[in-house]
Amino acid sequence: MAGASKAVADSRANLPFVYRQYRPEQLRHVLHKMYLIRRFEEGAEECYMRGLIHGTMHLSIGQEASAMGICMPLAEDDQITSTHRGHGHCIAKGAEVSRMFAEFFGKTTGYCKGRGGSMHIADVAKGNLGANGIVAGGIPIAVGAALSSKMIKTGKVVVSFFGDGANNEGAFHEALNMAAIWKLPVIFVCENNGYGMSTSTARSTAVKNIAERAAAYSMPGVIVNGNIFSEVAEASFKAVERARAGEGPTLIESKTYRHRGHSKSDRNRYRTKEEIDDWMANRDPITLFETELRDFGFIDDQGIQAIRDAVAKEIADGIEFAKASPAPEIATLENYVYTEQA
Amino acid sequence: MDAVVRELSYAQAIQEAMAIAMDMDERVFLMGEDIGVYGGAFQVTGDLVERYGTDRVIDTPISELGGAGVAVGAAVTGMRPIFEFQFSDFAALAMEQIVNQAAKMRFMLGGEVSVPVVMRFPAGSGTGAAAQHSQSLEAWLGHVPGLKVIQPATPHDAKGMLLAAVADPDPVMIFEHKLLYKMKGHVPEGHYTVPIGKAEIRREGRDLTIVATSIMVQKALDAAAALEGEGIDIEVVDLRTIRPIDRQTVIDSVKKTSRLLCVYEAVKTLGIGAEVSALVAESEAFDYLDAPIVRLGGAETPIPYNPDLEKATVPQVPDIIAAARDLVKGVR
Ligand SMILES: Cc1ncc(C[n+]2csc(CCOP(=O)(O)OP(=O)(O)O)c2C)c(N)n1
Ligand SMILES: [Mg+2]
Repeated sequence: MAGASKAVADSRANLPFVYRQYRPEQLRHVLHKMYLIRRFEEGAEECYMRGLIHGTMHLSIGQEASAMGICMPLAEDDQITSTHRGHGHCIAKGAEVSRMFAEFFGKTTGYCKGRGGSMHIADVAKGNLGANGIVAGGIPIAVGAALSSKMIKTGKVVVSFFGDGANNEGAFHEALNMAAIWKLPVIFVCENNGYGMSTSTARSTAVKNIAERAAAYSMPGVIVNGNIFSEVAEASFKAVERARAGEGPTLIESKTYRHRGHSKSDRNRYRTKEEIDDWMANRDPITLFETELRDFGFIDDQGIQAIRDAVAKEIADGIEFAKASPAPEIATLENYVYTEQA
Repeated sequence: MDAVVRELSYAQAIQEAMAIAMDMDERVFLMGEDIGVYGGAFQVTGDLVERYGTDRVIDTPISELGGAGVAVGAAVTGMRPIFEFQFSDFAALAMEQIVNQAAKMRFMLGGEVSVPVVMRFPAGSGTGAAAQHSQSLEAWLGHVPGLKVIQPATPHDAKGMLLAAVADPDPVMIFEHKLLYKMKGHVPEGHYTVPIGKAEIRREGRDLTIVATSIMVQKALDAAAALEGEGIDIEVVDLRTIRPIDRQTVIDSVKKTSRLLCVYEAVKTLGIGAEVSALVAESEAFDYLDAPIVRLGGAETPIPYNPDLEKATVPQVPDIIAAARDLVKGVR
């Protein structure tokens, strides 16, 4: 195995972008995190089914390569704004699953101290300014964060994740225009999973590809296969370079698919079972990346199993942490509405 | 069970009203996000798209400002749109068209046009959907002359008031509490209307008037039933419309009971309770008051995700019981 992997490594020049750009252990860590996202969401779903978590949740199962690819070239203090389908973004940007579970369980140890839940999951310390319950709500906020970066000269790059449905909100158009005229270091990432709830992009959107809308705001519009980690990471890498160089924003359209329904109350009436099965069986982003890593000699079956085992333990420990954590006191109901002042 | 008493859920009652409205008037059509094949986020439109087609049950893109504006424009020019917001919280995205356009167009144009648009807003907390999907924003719109704002509290009224709204020549905003959608109750067949601007006395009593809105009507009735055993006799007024408000029913009730408790889910301050309290204080009923007016409303906070915090944010039956008992017994 060692010999084979060395031979492959020598011929890395012919491999896709990420295999040239990143070290093997970094790529194995990406696989680890993609599994972590998948298992986190499966774990959250199971807890929900068992009545341990209330409310609703939007799972990004099937979209892991998009979250990981976009975040790959980001530095720890770069920032993101996320969406209602934001668990993957949160983990990709560095959050701990234990504190995410704690949030879902409504505990004080959660990232939002039990006030936000799934739809507002955030990790401000790691640069995640928050998921959002309002479609397109995070897009102008990302532009504002990029404006801060430029004014304070922090060098930070900001990524705004949003879905295909969000590109029909006024906020999207207003935000892209301002980012372009002020050449702000922001990257707009449209994770096009084909549907906004039940409405396909064909029914909701006048252009075939959302990336085409970049032309209206004089910025590059890039389409990537969102289920291929390397493609996503490469596009993100270029957009980050451009942003850091002060050349302004990029719109990346990452074409992907959500395996699960929109939320916990979706009967999937607007798409066929064949379509879902096809994406699951033939274009699963984790399977695709894992196979590539193995084929290129970056990991073997034992290594894959080790990752899966480690992830399973992290998930189990995270759920235990959440269960054991304290719930907020009712007396704290009105905390955090305003900034506490001495 | 009496076979003639037909029961429907609140959601079914609304759906039936929309179907009747479309049957009666070909100008009526529905617009909203995922109201077609999905059936609406709360299954209120259900299978209407199968019965009326995609020309009359229109899925919009996720574009609240534009969608509400399109409904206003269609209403001004001869159609009768019923526009569904997926959650009332998203009214915030459409405020421009609702407040600056729909509410004022007739006035600004000197009465040359009418805006017969109906907008439906699933509202309220209790579903674990957190701060941006749980608000009660009816008082925002209640503050705007030109709009009519209603909050039906029963399946019967949900149907009858929607049919009244469709027939109304002016913009009518309907706030539907999400937890009421599954509530069952008697709903007559066929067309009928329940007037906008008229409160309803749900329970007669001598000792205290509770003026409640939406889901708080049932909670007030539960509290009243619980206090019956203690010899406390409560009158429950279901306000039903917050603009235009039915002053007389409230005033007459307070003159009879001499005590007033306002119960509503929205944030307590600057809300409907302030308006009801003030209208009583400004009226001849003031002289009849035997105790200070009390308001029970939502806490001064966005709705939290944690379920226990969420419950603590809005008045619950035990809170109403305690407040009503204290008021009647003179504990203040
Ligand atoms: C302003 C606003 N409108 C509607 C909704 C209800 N809603 C939540 S997610 C969603 C679909 C979003 O679709 P998309 O942007 O494609 O993201 P996806 O769910 O596919 O990840 C809708 C309609 C909302 N949360 N906010
Ligand atoms: Mg989508």
